Amino acid sequence: MASSVYDVVVVGAGSVGMPTAMELAGKGLKVLCLDQFASAGQGSNKAAIGGVRATHSSPAKIRLCLDSLKTFSTWKETRGFDIEWRQGGYMFVAYRPEEEKTLKELLVVQKKAGLNIDWYAKDDLLKLAPGLDANGLLGGTFSPEDGSASPMLSSAAFHRRAVELGVECRFNERVTAIMRRKGAVVGVRTDKGGYATSCVVNAAGAWARSLAHLGGQDVPVNPDCHEAGITEPARRFLEPMVVDIRRTPGAANYYFYQAHSGQVIFCVTPDPPLIGTDRRETSEFLPLIARRMVGLMPKLANLKVRRTWRGLYPMTPDGSPVVGKSAALRGYVDAVGMCGQGYMLGPGVGALVARMVTETTTEDDAAILHELRPEREFAGTEKLK
Amino acid sequence: MSDYRIQEHPILAIPGEAVVPFTWKGETLKARPGETIASALFANGVRIFGHHHKDGSPQGIFCANGQCAQCSVVANGLSVKSCMVRVAEGMAVEPLDGKAALLEADGDLRFHDVETVETECLILGGGPAGLAAAIELGKAGVNVVLVDDKAALGGKLVLQTHKFFGSIEACHAGTRGLDIGKKLEAEVRSYPSVRIWTETTALAVFSDRKVGVLRDNHYVLVRPQMLLVATGAREKSLVFKGNTLPGVYGAGAFQTLVNRDLVRPSERLFVVGGGNVGLIGAYHALQAGIQVVGLCEALEECGGYKVHRDKLARMGVPIHTRHTIVSANGTEEVESVTIAKLDPSWKVIPGTEKTFRCDTLLVAVGLDPVDEFLKKAREFGLPVVAAGDAEEIAEASAAIFTGKIRGTEIARTLGRDVGEVPPEWLRTAEVLKARPGAVITEEIPADETGVFPIFHCSQEIPCNPCTSICPKGAIKIEGDDILGLPTFDESACIACEQCVAICPGLAITLVDFRKKDAEGLLVSIPYEFPKAKIQEGDMVTVLDTLGAVLGHVPVVKVRAPKFADHALLVKVKAPSEIAKRIAGIQVQEPWVSAAMEENVERIGDDDVVCRCERVTAGQIRGLIREGVRDLNHLKALTRAGMGACGGKTCPTLIARIFREEGVPLAQVTPLTQRPVFMEVPLGAFAGVVTGEGPTKDAVPTAVGALVGGV
Repeated sequence: MASSVYDVVVVGAGSVGMPTAMELAGKGLKVLCLDQFASAGQGSNKAAIGGVRATHSSPAKIRLCLDSLKTFSTWKETRGFDIEWRQGGYMFVAYRPEEEKTLKELLVVQKKAGLNIDWYAKDDLLKLAPGLDANGLLGGTFSPEDGSASPMLSSAAFHRRAVELGVECRFNERVTAIMRRKGAVVGVRTDKGGYATSCVVNAAGAWARSLAHLGGQDVPVNPDCHEAGITEPARRFLEPMVVDIRRTPGAANYYFYQAHSGQVIFCVTPDPPLIGTDRRETSEFLPLIARRMVGLMPKLANLKVRRTWRGLYPMTPDGSPVVGKSAALRGYVDAVGMCGQGYMLGPGVGALVARMVTETTTEDDAAILHELRPEREFAGTEKLK
Repeated sequence: MSDYRIQEHPILAIPGEAVVPFTWKGETLKARPGETIASALFANGVRIFGHHHKDGSPQGIFCANGQCAQCSVVANGLSVKSCMVRVAEGMAVEPLDGKAALLEADGDLRFHDVETVETECLILGGGPAGLAAAIELGKAGVNVVLVDDKAALGGKLVLQTHKFFGSIEACHAGTRGLDIGKKLEAEVRSYPSVRIWTETTALAVFSDRKVGVLRDNHYVLVRPQMLLVATGAREKSLVFKGNTLPGVYGAGAFQTLVNRDLVRPSERLFVVGGGNVGLIGAYHALQAGIQVVGLCEALEECGGYKVHRDKLARMGVPIHTRHTIVSANGTEEVESVTIAKLDPSWKVIPGTEKTFRCDTLLVAVGLDPVDEFLKKAREFGLPVVAAGDAEEIAEASAAIFTGKIRGTEIARTLGRDVGEVPPEWLRTAEVLKARPGAVITEEIPADETGVFPIFHCSQEIPCNPCTSICPKGAIKIEGDDILGLPTFDESACIACEQCVAICPGLAITLVDFRKKDAEGLLVSIPYEFPKAKIQEGDMVTVLDTLGAVLGHVPVVKVRAPKFADHALLVKVKAPSEIAKRIAGIQVQEPWVSAAMEENVERIGDDDVVCRCERVTAGQIRGLIREGVRDLNHLKALTRAGMGACGGKTCPTLIARIFREEGVPLAQVTPLTQRPVFMEVPLGAFAGVVTGEGPTKDAVPTAVGALVGGV
């Protein structure tokens, strides 16, 4: 029944799948990219708020995001397509000793990894983010090389580039089986047809686990749900992404920044988490986030909310992605479990997967792949989710 | 600056003087008390409200209904929709040029918790359908919250200065729309179980079955057992070159300025679209003393009621059927429009272009239901029904009646003993929604004796006030519905002229052969223009039903009986050869509607599809040709649908381009609908206490209580 033969079939045309397909094609492979939705980025990519940072606490994520930052920040010059990259930096604010302690501890790890990040005293922070509530502000970290870009435009850009490089994209098509023979992938079957391949990349985001099951595999990815919103555009008044990690009833943390368009995009991490795939809007989100944002930066009271939405975070037990070849099924590759950071990890992960599939990995890659290997124990948690 | 206020109107009372000072670009202007910023600016001759942040294009009024954001200005430092915000004394209003600067916070903020209000039934919209439903629910003692985004109830009834079609019993036919609105409102207000929240905008229906509303700038959640969506309609738009120039706007927007706010926004206007909205809008313009240069309609014949079309033609307005709008011309605002004839495949026939000088172009190309809340409530399992245009686009008379039916049904569902909805109500609702029937050749009676009415009414529409008003019961419609044409028992007429006065189509005249002499006989004609325009002894041009000139005749008598409700009854003396064919008096001279000698051709690619984000038809067409089939993908690439209006206007225009490109809509993925319906400041959601606070029962809490001492 297989009508066509591909070197690689990437399942998912989102934050990870699209750059992965693009990178694979860049290596000269014949690539098919399948997605259940109508166009690129229609799963969780379009729900991403666009922040891109390398300032994590896990070495693998730091390296992958440094790689992604290069892609995002140079895309306009190299490809002539504006994805609205803006280097505004990331700012984590501390108003209580416990947050100050957490952030300063992380700083040691981050500096050790060579990241451009530092502790800023109150007055210096206020210069970077005028209008921040000064009352009780202890200081915070700031990493000037982090930034933001438009997830939707990035998806469209990666899609366009992937097609230029010869990737075949099929939308509105759902994978129904991963065909195997003698412990190896031989093809995929969909609701519209079948394709022969010896390599399948699972980049199915929030739907990764059920895709893995189609290949007789399992991966501990369970989605939970976050809510986000965007405002009207305003003249530039804020450069960095502002992150407030104080846990309060309903919210583990929240963050916002002023995007290239002048619009403020904001997001909250619900506490307790909203496990599952329900993306319907609730009445609780806006009062919760608005109260905290306006409390942190009072002038935001005057900025109008335009739209809100919910998006899925494909979570893993330890908060780190799962990237690597399956030990049990030859030709099956996981690029999943991005824990809500698929957008910023995507280009880095895509390039890594391409090197892995073409067996051109470096020593650095080996360390990353070891950290993110599918067969790991999944103990411990990442500090700066 | 000149005063563009209406000082004389045949139907509407002239409101008080403009005494409220405010500033525009630092210059002091005056507004009438309670006037919106948009109307106050128009009244002072300001039609350009700012320039778009993307391409610097001039921005002005488009919907005047709070649905788009094209009329945004900066008032006291905040960007606001000028059509929804009322002028306050001393308000500093500035154009919105580019992106607005964010206003600094005003001192220490205090917060209150967002209040949740329980109710049996929440009605969204206080127009004809919502009010009619609230009456039935109020009668049954159902606990109701009725919200409306405007300051006054009545919805679009407020703008309807003409007498209504339909039947007197079902929907107050023969009464002017605005008076029907007042009657309905008075009745609703008499029921204590109905709470009315004006200036309250619905923002979202949430999956936890609460409805978020912004009440007087405070965010409130309402948890109803049932929801009635009576949100009415929004005007469709049209893509052509220059379609977003200030001066191009919806006919409904125009009626709001003219009939609600008594502002004369135009000297000379052109109308595109021959449905009832366009025909009536043009008529209202003439009544306000505005020249109507013409009306174009793409079809062979106007889609609106023929009596409306004929009435307009008789006033002297040319109706260009099989014509389309090619461009609105001008640099900062409309200076002229160019139209052209269409061939059988709907393409412009080159060489048929005509340009007309005008300052305004009304777009009246149909309505779309405002049904976002209906869809969300259905998705989330909140029991919901819709009434009026939100359910199905039809006349306001039908909206009143379906509102009544839905109100009764809801009361019954909520366990009230109101009985079943009578089957004849359902039939009446269908009749009121009926599309106009075929045109029948007008029959002029042969009789030349006595006195009798002539019905210049040659199309079946749901209308019968003439049959109800005749004191002799001599006017009848055959059959048992109100769709037929009236007939008359000629022996019975007492020349009371009440049928002449009540006909909503101004389609009844009275001929009186009893005192016929050498100069002719008396013909009574209804006339809805200011008294000063017509005097006894004037020579007037009379026209037949379709608008052809019959001759010039003297006015013998002008009277304004109370039963005519502001209309005048004009008696002319006309020769018997033409007397029975006279259907109206010309009010606009033919020179007004002459085309310019040279056509204006608008160069450039500015046929805008998404007016919020300035996306052109060319961009959309290019992407469709590249293979884009998902509106979300189109949005990602162009931002079409991502703007301030929340994608309310462009999806139907984009759908049309897909069809033009030969792509079936079944292959196209629609946009995802997400809250909020209207842009609202974060401070409202945060519960920032402003002024005296939100509602009496909400308790303000100090900042920090819930935000961990920020």
